[in-house]
Amino acid sequence: MTAMPATMRLVGRDVPRVEDAALIRGRGRFVDDIAPPGLLHAAFLRSPHAHAAIAHIDTEAARALPGVHAVFTLDDLAPHLNDTRLVVALPSPAYRQELHRPVLAQTEVVHVGEAVAVVIAESRHLAEDAAALVEVEYDPLPPVADCVAALEPDAPTAHRDASSNLAAELVLEYGAVDAVFATAPHRFAEHLSIHRGGSHSMECRGVVARPDPLEDRLTVWSSTQTPHTAHRLLCDLLGLDERAIRVITPDVGGGFGPKLIFYPEEVVVTLAARLLGRPVKWIEDRGEHFVATTQERDQSWDVELATDGEGRILGLRGTLVHDHGAWTARGVNIPQGAVSAMPLPYVVPAFRMAMKVAVTNKVPTTPVRGAGQPQGVFAMERLLDRAARGLGIDRGEIRRRNLVPGERMPYATPLKTRGGMQVVLDSGDYPRCQAMALEGADWAGFPERQRAARAQGRYLGIGVANYVEGTGRGPFEHVSVRIEPSGRIVVATGAAAMGQSTHTMLAQLVAEQLGGDMSRVQVIAGDTAAAPMGIGGSNSRQAVLAGSSAHVAATRVREKVLHVAATMLEAAEGDLEIEGDAVQVKGVPEMKVTLAAVARAVAGTPGFAIPGGRGPGLAASEEVVIDAMAYANGTAVAEVEVDAETGGVTINNLVFAHDCGNALHPRIVDGQLMGGIAHGIGNALFEHMRYDEEAQPTSTTLADYLLVTATEMPPVRILHMHSPTPLNPLGIKGVGEAGVIPVPAAIASAIEDALSPFGVRIAQVPLSPVDLLALIDPQASGSAA
Amino acid sequence: MSDAMHDLTLTLNGQAHAIRVEARRTLADALREDCGLTGTHLGCEHGVCGACTVLMDGQPVRACLLFAVQAEGRAIRTVEGLAKGGALNPLQRAFAENHALQCGYCTPGFLMLGTAILETDPGISDEALVEALSSNLCRCTGYANIARAIRAAADAMSTEGAA
Repeated sequence: MTAMPATMRLVGRDVPRVEDAALIRGRGRFVDDIAPPGLLHAAFLRSPHAHAAIAHIDTEAARALPGVHAVFTLDDLAPHLNDTRLVVALPSPAYRQELHRPVLAQTEVVHVGEAVAVVIAESRHLAEDAAALVEVEYDPLPPVADCVAALEPDAPTAHRDASSNLAAELVLEYGAVDAVFATAPHRFAEHLSIHRGGSHSMECRGVVARPDPLEDRLTVWSSTQTPHTAHRLLCDLLGLDERAIRVITPDVGGGFGPKLIFYPEEVVVTLAARLLGRPVKWIEDRGEHFVATTQERDQSWDVELATDGEGRILGLRGTLVHDHGAWTARGVNIPQGAVSAMPLPYVVPAFRMAMKVAVTNKVPTTPVRGAGQPQGVFAMERLLDRAARGLGIDRGEIRRRNLVPGERMPYATPLKTRGGMQVVLDSGDYPRCQAMALEGADWAGFPERQRAARAQGRYLGIGVANYVEGTGRGPFEHVSVRIEPSGRIVVATGAAAMGQSTHTMLAQLVAEQLGGDMSRVQVIAGDTAAAPMGIGGSNSRQAVLAGSSAHVAATRVREKVLHVAATMLEAAEGDLEIEGDAVQVKGVPEMKVTLAAVARAVAGTPGFAIPGGRGPGLAASEEVVIDAMAYANGTAVAEVEVDAETGGVTINNLVFAHDCGNALHPRIVDGQLMGGIAHGIGNALFEHMRYDEEAQPTSTTLADYLLVTATEMPPVRILHMHSPTPLNPLGIKGVGEAGVIPVPAAIASAIEDALSPFGVRIAQVPLSPVDLLALIDPQASGSAA
Repeated sequence: MSDAMHDLTLTLNGQAHAIRVEARRTLADALREDCGLTGTHLGCEHGVCGACTVLMDGQPVRACLLFAVQAEGRAIRTVEGLAKGGALNPLQRAFAENHALQCGYCTPGFLMLGTAILETDPGISDEALVEALSSNLCRCTGYANIARAIRAAADAMSTEGAA
C-alpha cells in the first residue's frame, strides 16, 4: 500500500511547498497589502437592526466631511447597474420564494450587518468617521430569530412583503420507508439541535478595485475562492464585456467556504472605483466578518432509525429545518449535503428525509468547511449509538454490521447528487478503515481504562464516528501548461488558492512530467486574465479537478517536447528523457537540447517549416471533465475525560483513519486533516454564533466566539489507507474538508459514554461546560438559572 | 483631527523610520501603511488572534493594541527582520520544513512569538510551549506543526551554538 507509484519523483512525496518562501519572509501579497497610488478607502454603514423598514437616509453631513469623496446609497448606484440584486442561487426546484440579495439595502433591512450605504474617503478612519454621520431613519419590524419558530403559522415574516418564511422545501427519498417502519422490530428516534458557526479565516474578506485608463479596464483583487464567478457577476452587473474587468485572487489568508460567495461589497467597491476613477479598497474587519460574512448556523433534526434485532439498518427517516438566513446567497446545498451525508457509509435500504429551509433575520447561510456533512454525520452517528445502546451491541460492532463492505465496491446507492446524478461509491474498504481506527485507539482496551478511572472518580469516555464524503465536485477545472521561449514553464488555472497548497500541487504534477524541477514552474492561480474559465475553490475539488487537468496537459506537452527534441537530436523519442531544463538521451546526458531551444524551434520562423510536424508551440490546455464525485471515507475515534464538577471536556486522544485515494503530498494531506480536525473540535465544544431573541448577534468578537487554540488540541494520530479512485487519472480524492466531518460526532459519542453514569444523552453540538452541567444535573442548573 | 498629527521616529528592525501620524494610528497600521512593512497582518484588531504580534524591546506585543506613538524610542522587530541578507533564519526554515504554515496569514505573528520564546526560554518544556502558543490563533494547521517547528528550531540553534 503506497501513496503513489514509486516511479514518480515528485508526486506522492513531501517536496518543499512553493508558497512558503514569500510567506515566511513577510512578503506574501494579501489583498490588504495591495495599495495602488491614489488609493481611496471604503467603509460600509451597516444595519443595527435585525429587521426594519428604512424610512429615510440622509448622507448630507457625511458628504460634507473633509476628505470624503462620495457617499453612495442604492439610489445613487442603481443607474449604473444592470441589476440591483445579486442573482447567485444554485439551480434547484426546491425554492418557494426568490431571495436575491440587494447590492445595498434600500427600503428594508433584514439582518444586522446588512450594508445600507458606503462612504469613500481618503482613509479608512475618515470613511468610518463619515459613516457615523450618515443618518438612517429606521422603523423596526418584528424580527425572526429562530428557524423553527419561523415556520409556525403565526410567525412574523423576515421580509415584510413575504407570505411566509419558507425559503425552500425538498425531500430526498428512496425505498418503501413507511412500510419498513411499520413492520420494523426496533425503532430509535431522536431530536437533535446542531449548530455550526462561521469559517473565521484569519484573514477577513477584502476587495481592491483599480480603474486603469491606459488599458480601459478595471482590475479587481478580491479575497475570493471563485474569481471567475466574481468576474462574470461584475461584468453582468456593470454591463461591461469580459475584457473590461480582470479579477485576481491574491494570496488568501484562508477561505473555508464563505469566500466562495459573491458579496455586495465586491460590486459596490468595483463600481465606486469606476465612478470615481480612483482605486478603492475595502477590508472587512473582524466585527464585520461576524455580521456580514456568511455562516452555517442552526439545524433542527427529528430522525428515526429502524433496525432488525441484530442492529442491521432497515430504514431511516426524518425531517430537518435549516436556518437559511435572510437571503439566498448560495442555495439549498447545506441541508442537501447534510442529508446526503447521513446514509453514505452504510447500507440503508429505505430512506426519506424531508427538509424545510426557513428564512430568518440573520446573515445568510452558505457552506463552511464540511458544508452540512458534519451535521448529517452527527445525526446518523447519534442514531447508531442510540440503537447500539438499545440493542446492547458494541458501538463499533453495530457500525461494522452496517458499513458498505469493501467487496461491494463500486457500490451504486439509490441516492442522487444535487445535479441529479446517481451516487456511486467508487472505492474503499470502510469496515477495514474503521477497524484501523478502533485498533489505533485501543477501543478493545477502553472498558478497562474507563473502569480504572471511575474507581478514582474520573469520567472517561470513548466515541466513534464514520463519514463518507463526496469530493471533487465537477464538472471540470481549467489548466493550461506552456513552455516559454525562456524554457520556463507557466501553468495557469481557474483553480483558486486559499492556503491549501494549490501552487505546490500543480507545480509538482507539471514538473513531474517536464524535467522534475519545480523551481522552473510558475503557477498562476486565480487570475481571469490568465485562465479563460474556471470554477474555483470549493467541495474539496481542486486537487481532483485541477490536478487531473494539469496532469493531462503536462503529459501532452511532454509528448510534444519529446517528439520535437527527437527530430532535433536525431534520436528515437523512446530514448529521450526530460531532466531539469533539457531533453537528453538516456545515459548520454551530453547529448541534449534545452527546453528553451525546443520551445524556440517550434515558436516559428517565417517561411520555414515547424520541426516535428505537429504544429507550433509547446502548450496544452485541459478541462478534464469528471462529473461523478470521488468518495473519500474515514473514521474518527475520540477519547475524552469530562470533569463532572465543571463540565470541562479534555480530549485525551484522537485517532483519525481515512482514505483519500492516492496522496499527492502526504504532509499536505496530514496538514489539511489536522486543520479540519481542529475546526471539528471547535464545532463540538467551542464555536457558537449566538443571537438573542431579537436576532441581535451576541458573539461578535473572538473573545466571545471561541476558536480552538494550541492548548485545546489533543494528541492526534492520523492513519492512512489508499484506495485509488478509478474516476481520475491520478486516483486521488479530495481531503480539504474531511477532517472536520466526523469529529463533532465522535466527541459527542465519547462525552455521552463518559457521562453514562448520569444517564446523559447528547443531542446537540456545540457542548459548552454550561450545557454539560445542565445535562449532568438538570435540577441544579435549573435552580441556578 | 488634523490638528492631532504627531511626528515620530520608529526603530524598526534596527532602522529609523520617520513618520507623521494621527494619535489614533495603531502601531500595526503605522507599520503596514506608513512604513511599508506589510508582513505584519491584522486578524481581529481586538487583541485576540495575535496575527499582528511583533517584538517591542524583545517582548511579543499586539501591534493592533498599541498606538504608534507608544512605540517611539522602543526597538520594534517584525517578520521582515528575521532573514539576514536574504538567508532564512533557523525558525523560518523550521516553519517551512515542518509544514507549520498553510495560508500563511497568521505565520508572521507566530514567527515573532516563536522568536521571543526561543530568545527568552530556548529550553522551554513542551507543556509551556503549547501554553505560550495558545496566545495566537491559526485556522489552518491545528498547531501541532507550529509547536514542532519551534522545537526543531530550538534544537537546531542549540546544535549550532554548541558547534
